[in-house]
Amino acid sequence: MTSRQQDVKELIDRKYAHGFVTDIESDTVPPGLDADVIRLISRKKGEPQFMLDWRLKAFAHWQTMTPPNWAKLNIEPIDYQAISYYSAPKRRDDGPKSLDEVDPKLLETYDKLGIPLHERARLAGVAVDAVFDSVSVATTFKSKLAAAGVLFCSFSEAVREHPELIERYLGTVVPQRDNYFAALNSAVFTDGSFVYIPKGVRCPMELSTYFRINASNTGQFERTLIIADEGSHVSYLEGCTAPQRDENQLHAAVVELIAEQDAQIKYSTVQNWYPGDEEGRGGIYNFVTKRGDCRGARSKISWTQVEAGSAITWKYPSCILRGNDSVGEFYSVAVTNNFQQADTGTKMVHIGKNTRSTIVSKGISAGRAQNAYRGLVKIFPTADGARNYTRCDSLLMGNRCGAHTFPYMEIKNPTAIVEHEATTSKIGEDQLFYCLQRGLTEEDAVNMIVNGFCKEVFRELPMEFAVEAQNLMNVSLEGAVG
Amino acid sequence: MLIDIKNLHVTVDGTEIIKGLNLSIKEGEVHAIMGPNGSGKSTLAQTLAGRADYEVTGGSITYLGQDLLAMGPDERARAGLFLSFQYPVEIPGVSNVYLLKAALNARRRAAGEAEVDAVAFMRIVKEKAALLELDQQFLSRGVNEGFSGGEKKRNEIFQMAVLEPRFAVLDETDSGLDIDALKVVAKGVNAQRDGNRSFLMITHYQRLLDYVQPDYVHVLAGGRIIKSGDKSLAVELEASGYDGLLAAANG
Repeated sequence: MTSRQQDVKELIDRKYAHGFVTDIESDTVPPGLDADVIRLISRKKGEPQFMLDWRLKAFAHWQTMTPPNWAKLNIEPIDYQAISYYSAPKRRDDGPKSLDEVDPKLLETYDKLGIPLHERARLAGVAVDAVFDSVSVATTFKSKLAAAGVLFCSFSEAVREHPELIERYLGTVVPQRDNYFAALNSAVFTDGSFVYIPKGVRCPMELSTYFRINASNTGQFERTLIIADEGSHVSYLEGCTAPQRDENQLHAAVVELIAEQDAQIKYSTVQNWYPGDEEGRGGIYNFVTKRGDCRGARSKISWTQVEAGSAITWKYPSCILRGNDSVGEFYSVAVTNNFQQADTGTKMVHIGKNTRSTIVSKGISAGRAQNAYRGLVKIFPTADGARNYTRCDSLLMGNRCGAHTFPYMEIKNPTAIVEHEATTSKIGEDQLFYCLQRGLTEEDAVNMIVNGFCKEVFRELPMEFAVEAQNLMNVSLEGAVG
Repeated sequence: MLIDIKNLHVTVDGTEIIKGLNLSIKEGEVHAIMGPNGSGKSTLAQTLAGRADYEVTGGSITYLGQDLLAMGPDERARAGLFLSFQYPVEIPGVSNVYLLKAALNARRRAAGEAEVDAVAFMRIVKEKAALLELDQQFLSRGVNEGFSGGEKKRNEIFQMAVLEPRFAVLDETDSGLDIDALKVVAKGVNAQRDGNRSFLMITHYQRLLDYVQPDYVHVLAGGRIIKSGDKSLAVELEASGYDGLLAAANG
């Protein structure tokens, strides 16, 4: 082994920087799932009857379903009875009213992650609804948002405080029966975020939530619902990291976005959950259903995601372009190293006239990882003048990884224009040597090349997130070239 | 002495290409290496820069008193060794100036100097771009992305002008340039000659040497320098070709 290979080996062997477990007492129900567990979750959260009925209906349907296997992912069978479906940090009273009341150990956890909550929120002007395990424990900037009429709270709070909005919109984009994991989520979701932007309001700040899985063996079932009423604008950021552990953890979230006429929603994700060790042991299963509904004319939904973590990432943030002249966008970077698997992409469903969609997907594979883009562009007969542009680029590092592209198209309208471009390239020894010859270290050179490759996507991210995303790339691919 | 190459042997893919090469370059000197295709000219350039696939099987290279062969390619670069590539690569999405700023600051850090800030950097860049008659918009484009062959070569010399290396190796920088571009490139090189910086120019043609006057000209053939002389050697070669020299060397 040359000294350079040795260095690379050391870099690869570096442990996941965010791997630690916070010692907070959890109020956790024993593992297992039946109707009684669902009743218990609903009761603990003080939900109205309609919510419990909705959960039970989803559960009844889920029991008739079987786990999907069409993606041909390498997944160990999941024992749903071994998962504990509820875990809440112990609290004084009914939850903290300010950061001072938050468990100092929790704040310490954020510090380790490089997310000094109060600092960050203040400096970046970001309101943070931090979900720690399953219950929201800190919410900031509420008053400023309230003044604008924006509702931004935990999902549980929304169920209690705004049941009429929940009842009206929940499950209207991702129905309970949509798929196996969405049905499970509908039955057992514990918390998440809720956003409502009233008519004509431009949300005064970026909305941000940090999700974090902490308690051992606790599946995380987040539910997010964002409603942008007529003519409103909102940008929502979601970022995730998780502590290291040995057994696989299931994360099956559902995100529903609704854009009414002339409304715009920008949803950005940076996902960095524990990817498993270098042998492929452990790591998070990230099976998420994300879908946006452009209901009104001229509405727009834009998804931007940077997927770096998780043992398996399986998600297709999609847009239903129902309103005439509505716009859907999907910008994605998925990076996989070691034994990680990612199967991600989008569905753009054109129903309205003159609907437009843009898909830009960048897949990066290193180690023995597999990375797939899977996307559907569907043009309904009603979608006169619909347009789609798709670009899928794959970057391979080393020769034991794989990149796959599955672009599906169903075009039922002759006036539609659909373009697709795809490239696959290997990170070149030539590019690397060129940068080294200019004096950059190997690490800096790889970072520069990868970030250049991802540029079209990163520039869609809000500024503070773009920097985080670049750092995340750097950490994820440390020593991946050798 | 800037660089001292002694009895160098280099193997690529199991074939010995350089077979006992000796070359010494002092501070401020410009040397030109000429030779037929396959004589080992580019192998020498790549070996000096530290490319991994070029295996040094014998000999030594001392650069500014250090063992060059013990240094990684990036260390060599930070110690002031610059290679103008024969075939510069494209790096999509990474802007020219971004790479260049990272490169300049890497060198400055290694030299114990303060990093340049954005304003100072742009001043340097604009000055050098004007010298090489480069359009401003060229600077923000991706590294060599969609550049013509001539633009790529000019970009190499532009980078050299900004980085101000102690020792620049120009690997067929003149190939594929028209006469106007060649003059611009020569101007960039000449502007760097200050009696301290040294150059090794690898070329097929005497043409470049009309614009950049070398102190020495060497003929490389069969992995060895078979003849050295001054500028007149290049003129002689241009007139009579390598055949006579090769026959003499082999005979």
